[in-house]
Amino acid sequence: MPLSDFWFILIAVLFIGFIFLEGFDFGVGMSTKFLARNDLEKRVVINTIGPVWDANEVWLITAGGAMFAAFPHWYATVFSGYYLPFVVLLLAFIIRGVAFEFRNKVDSVAWVKTWDWAIFFGSLLPPFIFGVFFTSLIQGLPIDADMNMYAGFTDFVNIYTLIGGITFVLLSYLHGLLFIGLKTVGSLRERANRAARKVYGLTGVFIVLFIGLTYLDTDAFVDKSALLIPMYGVAILLYVLLFFFLRNKREGLSFTMTGLIFMIITASFFITLFPNVMISTMDPAFNMSIAEAASGDYSLKIMTIVACTMVPIVLAYTIWSYYVFRKRLTGDKEHLEY
Amino acid sequence: MEEVLLARIQFASTTLFHFIFVPLSIGLALIIAIMQTMYLVKKDDIYLKMTKFWSVFFLINFAIGVVTGIIQEFQFGMNWSAYSRFVGDIFGAPLAVEALLAFFLESTFIGIWIFGWGKIPKWLHLASIWLVSFGTIMSAFWILAANSFMQNPEGYVLQNGRAEMNDIMAVLMNEKLWVAFPHTIFGSFATGAFFVIGVSAWYLIKKRKVEFFKKSLAISLVIGMLSGLGIAFTGHSQAQYLMHAQPMKMAAAEGLWEDSGDPAAWTLIANIDVENRDTTGRIDIPFMLSYLTYSEFKGKVEGMNVLEKKMIDKYGEGDYLPPVKTTFWSFRIMVVTGGTLLGLGALGLFLMWRKKIMQSVWFLRLLIVGIFLPFIGNSFGWIMSEMGRQPWVVNGLMKTADGISPNVSAGQILFSLISFSTIYTILGIIMVVLFVKYIQRGPEEQRPAEVSITDPFETGGGEHAVK
Repeated sequence: MPLSDFWFILIAVLFIGFIFLEGFDFGVGMSTKFLARNDLEKRVVINTIGPVWDANEVWLITAGGAMFAAFPHWYATVFSGYYLPFVVLLLAFIIRGVAFEFRNKVDSVAWVKTWDWAIFFGSLLPPFIFGVFFTSLIQGLPIDADMNMYAGFTDFVNIYTLIGGITFVLLSYLHGLLFIGLKTVGSLRERANRAARKVYGLTGVFIVLFIGLTYLDTDAFVDKSALLIPMYGVAILLYVLLFFFLRNKREGLSFTMTGLIFMIITASFFITLFPNVMISTMDPAFNMSIAEAASGDYSLKIMTIVACTMVPIVLAYTIWSYYVFRKRLTGDKEHLEY
Repeated sequence: MEEVLLARIQFASTTLFHFIFVPLSIGLALIIAIMQTMYLVKKDDIYLKMTKFWSVFFLINFAIGVVTGIIQEFQFGMNWSAYSRFVGDIFGAPLAVEALLAFFLESTFIGIWIFGWGKIPKWLHLASIWLVSFGTIMSAFWILAANSFMQNPEGYVLQNGRAEMNDIMAVLMNEKLWVAFPHTIFGSFATGAFFVIGVSAWYLIKKRKVEFFKKSLAISLVIGMLSGLGIAFTGHSQAQYLMHAQPMKMAAAEGLWEDSGDPAAWTLIANIDVENRDTTGRIDIPFMLSYLTYSEFKGKVEGMNVLEKKMIDKYGEGDYLPPVKTTFWSFRIMVVTGGTLLGLGALGLFLMWRKKIMQSVWFLRLLIVGIFLPFIGNSFGWIMSEMGRQPWVVNGLMKTADGISPNVSAGQILFSLISFSTIYTILGIIMVVLFVKYIQRGPEEQRPAEVSITDPFETGGGEHAVK
């Protein structure tokens, strides 16, 4: 396998990891508005992701850095092409990140409310933008011969991408609710699980819509159906299983299901793209292939060595950190840092 | 091209703003790690209280540093896509490594440190803050490795229309990296130290919590003084490096149009007339520029006119002068703030040693002002470094104007510039307000009876949590 293919897979893995991990962070962030009934509950909800959200975001930073290093053309085309959506994304990340830290620093209702809204919108917008991003990526974008992308509003916003965005928001919300169910006790835990059962149906509708429109609106099934059909099949099967897990209050398994569905959907975008990194709607000749977008072999080799050394270490201490904070939060204020 | 101007304003303003928080985080992480170590070694609760009190500022600051850092990674591609295509191979690699090596480490272990009080063994908890400190320093190393390529490109070969890495050791052993990295790190340690010094001085003037703040002052003065020395020595190596690698920057920083005399004098202040290419009214310190650049009291420095001719011969017609006035004055502001810090640190330690610090109220007042000096020095140091590199984005290889994203319009950049500036202004104000609030509140408000098991952040919203 060429190293560039290896890096394409690695970047896909980083995005999949990011969506799985930040997915529940986003859902938890949205839940502060809907689920928590008072300030203590809000703090418990936020504290469930307190120790981990920052590191979860680093998966995205690393994916971005890896794109820059391994596929400079891909990085340059995507980041300049998605200029305005990414400005909004960055603003959302900024207000959400500081809100966690600022929220309980001033004893004022208006202050706390302001940051609650920041957490809500800062958690709602990113999954929506990522849903739109991935779906528009496989739909194809106006990319010219010089690899520059000149996208208009409808390239970003159309029925398919909106469905993609909403699917990501709903999956994040469901995933986050199940995470809260895993990390809290008492009435909060029960309400989280109840809310998850409520949003279950709607999420399914959008997953099906998403798969249907992927078939109609993109070329995904033209040559990748051998992979995509079983994958989407498994996703739907997991979704059905989720129904029973939710009913039987199998919290760990339910959370695993939403996580896997989310990961399968995210993986399907990269499978659809392969062996390209960008699809041009102007002319198939302007499609950007993995090989065209990639860095030189020397650079890829060096980074492969670094990645193969560091990724296991990073994974080890990441898992350890989840182990340290494995206990449920009781609402005992002594342990709420945010 | 207004796109270039707007993109440059955005990059400069977001980066300078980000770099308010970065050095303070690097410095405070180290100081807090030292304080927590002393707590474990000496088993004296006062060091625990110190760890917790100073960490309030560290964490507020760290949060803003993290979120403003995300923009940094995005905007190379967003605003400078042509640049990104050209350098990604060699410039992107350190950024990716930075994320893998430093960002994961910092963000994971800061979570463990904040939330891990009492949950993990004490030594492991202490190790977490040291790992955070190590992560912040590693992060500086890798981003400076990337920046050093822009200043002094090494370890690359031009092929496929771009600069591709062909020698990782040359990238990592880049002379610029090894003068810039220690200089930046000492500047960062000084930033953290002089923050702790200034706040402690304020308390000592008011004679509140004297023991607590005297101990804080002692620790931070030692770090501040050592950092001041480090800044001076590494600043000296920066000048030596500039002399042979980026002589144009050096000449602009000195306002030298013609070659200097031999030995060369260092100009304290002067009136620079860019239009007529003339610098008048110099107040000189003899020999000093020779010493600064060659470590001996002889040797001349080339002027901009000569250097420009050389560049025109090499690269063809064009404007190769950096903004001379900005480079010149930034250099002076940086040097003066650095020197003042060293003086403050040395005098402070002397007064502490003679047990006269409490009586020297005038000096303690100076120390409060000293909080701001490292920030000024850091900012102008970067302004000198990056403005002095112009018109190049990668020295000698690519001009800044050629690095821009061709598909991003001025209107789009204006939108992002306004959005980022607005939110950054708000964040800046909030940071100042929160800092003032927590400085005034002081360590005594942390419910002393519980201090060993609770965390200082509790005090913010905990009381009204249950209604």
